[in-house]
Amino acid sequence: MKKINKIALLGMTVAAAMILSYVESFISFGVPGLKVGLPNIVIVFLIYKLGWGEAAAVSFVRCVLTSLLFGSVMSLAYSLAGAALSITVMAVLKKWDKFSSVGVSIAGGITHNAGQIIVAILVTGVEEIAYYMPVLAVGGTVAGLVIGVAGALVLKRLEKVKIG
Amino acid sequence: MDKRKLRHDIILIAVCLFVSLALWLAVTLLKKPGETVVVTVNGEEYARYSLDEDREVVIETERGRNVLVIKDGYADIVDATCPDGLCERQRRIDESGESLVCLPNKVTVTVIGGNGVDFVG
Repeated sequence: MKKINKIALLGMTVAAAMILSYVESFISFGVPGLKVGLPNIVIVFLIYKLGWGEAAAVSFVRCVLTSLLFGSVMSLAYSLAGAALSITVMAVLKKWDKFSSVGVSIAGGITHNAGQIIVAILVTGVEEIAYYMPVLAVGGTVAGLVIGVAGALVLKRLEKVKIG
Repeated sequence: MDKRKLRHDIILIAVCLFVSLALWLAVTLLKKPGETVVVTVNGEEYARYSLDEDREVVIETERGRNVLVIKDGYADIVDATCPDGLCERQRRIDESGESLVCLPNKVTVTVIGGNGVDFVG
């Protein structure tokens, strides 16, 4: 793929991920940190279509921009930690080739929540926050399943579209 | 879809749900009814209140203000100056180990077991 095409494509996917995180900010389950993870659709798509490097770059830019626009410095720390952990795990699992994109996305959802919790414990010094982990793990599994199915559909629809 | 991967996916989902349900169960069983709430600001203890007495406390921090209400044995944050207001939306708490967290103001409210003994998780 030409460099310019890649820049345009990555810019577009950052925009898509940002819109999805904005939409997601309206969906609350009453538990702090429990989210659907809509931007993860874009990240899963990128991991499968381009590679984990591009996915990590888009995820990083997405976290910084959405935190600047809708969040705070602390929300940046949480989302970066979650994103870094989940992308690492998803990249490893994809390479391992034992799970479909749905399984990879589920692992991403859970580890995203785990990353956020770890940073929250480090920042606030309150170990009891770990009590949220079971709730977030169940939430992450269900959310990852939904996102994984959605991501698989996106990948299937765009299978014939030539990227790169 | 690849059948082998589908089977692995299902195993992954089952293991995740099983582990988190087991954790959930462990946390629920280990909980004791609490009697005191500890308020911390920036990781340091700010105050302790008994859950038996109804009261309203204004927690002032460098970053903002949180209003904590203790009523009928429950603690709840009802008002806060933080931008996201997530602490207000958290459910009221009464059991040992449960906590309310306001990340922007670095305020936490945690229920601990009676007799002034800290809950060790």
